[in-house]
Amino acid sequence: METVKQETLLEIDNLNFSFKTQRGLVRAVRDLSITIKKGETLTLVGESGCGKSVTAHAINQLNPMPPGRVDSGRILFNGIDLLQLKKGEIEKMRGTQISMIFQEPMTALNPVFTVGSQIADVFMTHQGMGKDEAMARAVELFHLVKIPAPERRIHAYPHQLSGGMRQRAMIAMALASPEPGLMIADEPTTALDVTIQAQILDLLGDLKQQIDMSILLITHDMGVVAEMADRVVVMYAGRKVEESDVNSIFNDPRHPYTLGLLNSLPSNPKYKQAKRLEAITGTVPDLLTIGDGCPFANRCAYATDICRSSFPSMSEINKDHSVWCHNHESVKREKAQ
Amino acid sequence: METDIHEEIIIADPTPLQETWFHLKKNKAAMVGLGIITIFVLMAIFAPLISPYDPNAQVIDDRKTPMFTDGYILGTDDLGRDMLSRLIYGARISMTIGVVSVGISLVFGILIGVTSAYFGGVYDKIVMRLIDIMLAFPYILLTIVIVSLLGPSLLNAMIAIGISQIPRYARVVRASVLAEKEADYVLAERALGARDTELMFLTILPNCLSPTIVQATLGVGEAILSSAGLSFLGLGAQPPTPEWGLMIASSKEFITNAWWIVTLPGIAILLAVLGFNLFGDGLRDILDPKMRN
Amino acid sequence: MSNPLVEVKDLKKYFHIKNEGASETVSLLKAVDGVSFDVFEGEILGIVGESGCGKSTLGKTVLNLYEPTAGEVLYRGESVYERHAQELKEQTKKMQMIFQDPYSSLNPRKKVAKVIGQSLDIHSIGTSQERSERIEHLMQEVGLNPLFRGRYPHQFSGGQRQRIGIARALALQPEFVVCDEAVSALDVSVQAQILNLLLDLQEKHNLTYMFIAHDLAVVEFISTRILVMYLGRVVEIARKEDLVARHVHPYTKALFIASPITSPEQRKGEKHIFQGDVPSPINPPSGCHFHPRCPYAIERCKKEYPPMKEVAPGHYAACWVV
Repeated sequence: METVKQETLLEIDNLNFSFKTQRGLVRAVRDLSITIKKGETLTLVGESGCGKSVTAHAINQLNPMPPGRVDSGRILFNGIDLLQLKKGEIEKMRGTQISMIFQEPMTALNPVFTVGSQIADVFMTHQGMGKDEAMARAVELFHLVKIPAPERRIHAYPHQLSGGMRQRAMIAMALASPEPGLMIADEPTTALDVTIQAQILDLLGDLKQQIDMSILLITHDMGVVAEMADRVVVMYAGRKVEESDVNSIFNDPRHPYTLGLLNSLPSNPKYKQAKRLEAITGTVPDLLTIGDGCPFANRCAYATDICRSSFPSMSEINKDHSVWCHNHESVKREKAQ
Repeated sequence: METDIHEEIIIADPTPLQETWFHLKKNKAAMVGLGIITIFVLMAIFAPLISPYDPNAQVIDDRKTPMFTDGYILGTDDLGRDMLSRLIYGARISMTIGVVSVGISLVFGILIGVTSAYFGGVYDKIVMRLIDIMLAFPYILLTIVIVSLLGPSLLNAMIAIGISQIPRYARVVRASVLAEKEADYVLAERALGARDTELMFLTILPNCLSPTIVQATLGVGEAILSSAGLSFLGLGAQPPTPEWGLMIASSKEFITNAWWIVTLPGIAILLAVLGFNLFGDGLRDILDPKMRN
Repeated sequence: MSNPLVEVKDLKKYFHIKNEGASETVSLLKAVDGVSFDVFEGEILGIVGESGCGKSTLGKTVLNLYEPTAGEVLYRGESVYERHAQELKEQTKKMQMIFQDPYSSLNPRKKVAKVIGQSLDIHSIGTSQERSERIEHLMQEVGLNPLFRGRYPHQFSGGQRQRIGIARALALQPEFVVCDEAVSALDVSVQAQILNLLLDLQEKHNLTYMFIAHDLAVVEFISTRILVMYLGRVVEIARKEDLVARHVHPYTKALFIASPITSPEQRKGEKHIFQGDVPSPINPPSGCHFHPRCPYAIERCKKEYPPMKEVAPGHYAACWVV
């Protein structure tokens, strides 16, 4: 997109994150590097257990630690390593420059305060506003996120709002930061009905036009990716397996997993007449028993011996498109046929 | 059809029992409780083997022997009976009281709780109001009333304690059955044609046991305490039974000149009740996911 | 088309909801409010709608897991509800259900073999040797390794647990299976496997499905006919091809428009999105329940609920504006 500036806002550099569990050490994120440029929407896509939420929460330090632990890596936000910040500093960061919206806003909103007072609170804490001014700003934000009758809704408690309205209120709260640099949206529409999901995605798209911010969107839904993303990172079992601009992911996927994911969608136009889906066989491997090979090898139609023993290095398709697969050439050949 | 069989390795998750033990080991208080309970249970089982004397044998010359003298480790009482032997046999009685009375409350409490939660409606309303009425009586008063009706004896004390505790168990069971009976797996088994009795006792009940087990563990301690109280009042065990409460009652006038005769059974009661309470509280922390972490 | 296997006639299921706080007031939730349709032998009838539309309640009421408030369900011409115990038992063998949540729908304290074989025990089918063989066969059929028969449900992944649920439903060799959001809780790659499995089984055993889902793409893929529900009522029902080609009811249109796009080229600059929230089924809007969100609503829509009209052969819709 032409509006994307080339300045880097967030850089995750070789992050390794693990959880100590009763059954052993789970390496939830492995050797992950991601950059988000200013004004860009990056989606992290993958299925449950792929490490996408752990990555998002690592930025804000919202993973429970322990049992979670950063084994290595840096997370640079405007050049500052977030992992080196003290608790108070990261909390300030959360309130001012990095905001977050969740799948179920009910868990993120305090049930005993009105939504308006919770948003006003952000203004009062981080920008030292008075109560009246803060409430007025909250009403403005409700206008911005298109909540009908904002003057009235501002006095509602979270449970009095519908799911869609709650998610809008949550977005309004995220926008209350003085300089919303990065919004992390963790499955923001997963819990919503389709017609409401369409409204929320529409809203997020509109907001990005109006406000200069980057969005890190976590989702399992390729439909959401198609609708929202500038760039896409596909994750599988803790690893980045493919990264590209959004068009190439859909038109020219090079990783067998990305291909399989697209083929798993019943809405894929190729199934207009077909009786069966081209499903990926098997299940996601247990992160405890995973070795150093490619984690997708056991489900992959293209897998060769080397896949089981070593994780591939990066192969660059073009400057916007990279894939981590030993056999990406065969994927390309097969598709060409 | 092509079956695709997934052969991936699954590291077995611990069974509920292993999981409970894993957390229990980390809970020091619960482990102390478990230790105390184990000691008392062993004493109860092996009483004839480990007690140095017959608990009812009176040695007139050795009356009120202080502790650690003349081979009486814990001294003798006012009739010259060995305190240690009496306390060991007392453990046997107290453990029996605990098991029997809690057993009575459990059986009826589960029956009432499961059925009233499962069937609901008018039956549930009537049963719960009756239980409210029972709970409105002071518990010890209710026990005394029942035991007076049945006549004072150790067995009747157990029955009385068991009956008066039924409402609590019924409530605990009812609450967890209410939560569990809407679960999809219950509906699924009903769709397969399972009968009500099967659903109630084989499907739902096993998934409601955690809070019941906690209640029962705490209940044993309480039953021991209540029975001691009843015996102290002359409504429970009758002389010469070495029941701890009765031992205190029959020797209370010696508190000034032979303190151990009164104090030792008191300590025994305290330890036993403490053991069950510590263990029960620990179990509650572990089995109730809301309390964990 | 063949004879109807299941006939649903003006079925109603209301729930009494106790209002929190206010002492004795009780609201009526009309989860299913006068629904009629037929399910034909061998077809896959997709039922689609958003949360609160009553699709799941409908499935459970059809199977007699919920007692209906009014109406009738006929299975091969005989009432599902007016049955004596023995007949009822025979009938449960023919009508089964696959549940949404692969976690809560399996009893955590029963081993897999017991979960799958329980219905054989209940109906005393076969010797224990035969049952054991049947369980192994079922596990193989749904793609589970029979060696895992002694494991507990929590030792399986979500997809595998859903396979267990399917094997359980098939144990009695049913003819009619209600799939209640059977793939909604699964990851996409696993969802595709389960959809294929359901289709394979349907062909192999000549099953009839009532496939309930909120995801239009899934329903569109698997179904032969589609029924659209909104707030307890059927708004449109048609053969899949007819419905995809022509969505008559504005709500069906809204569902199709809101359905996620499949490639970034389909992004629309200006979207024609239906505004407003799904109203609560406790106090649905007057007249046609969809009228507050409907751009085509006329005065009549606010007052009267539209009747079902046949807009094309086998294609019915409830809307005043067609």
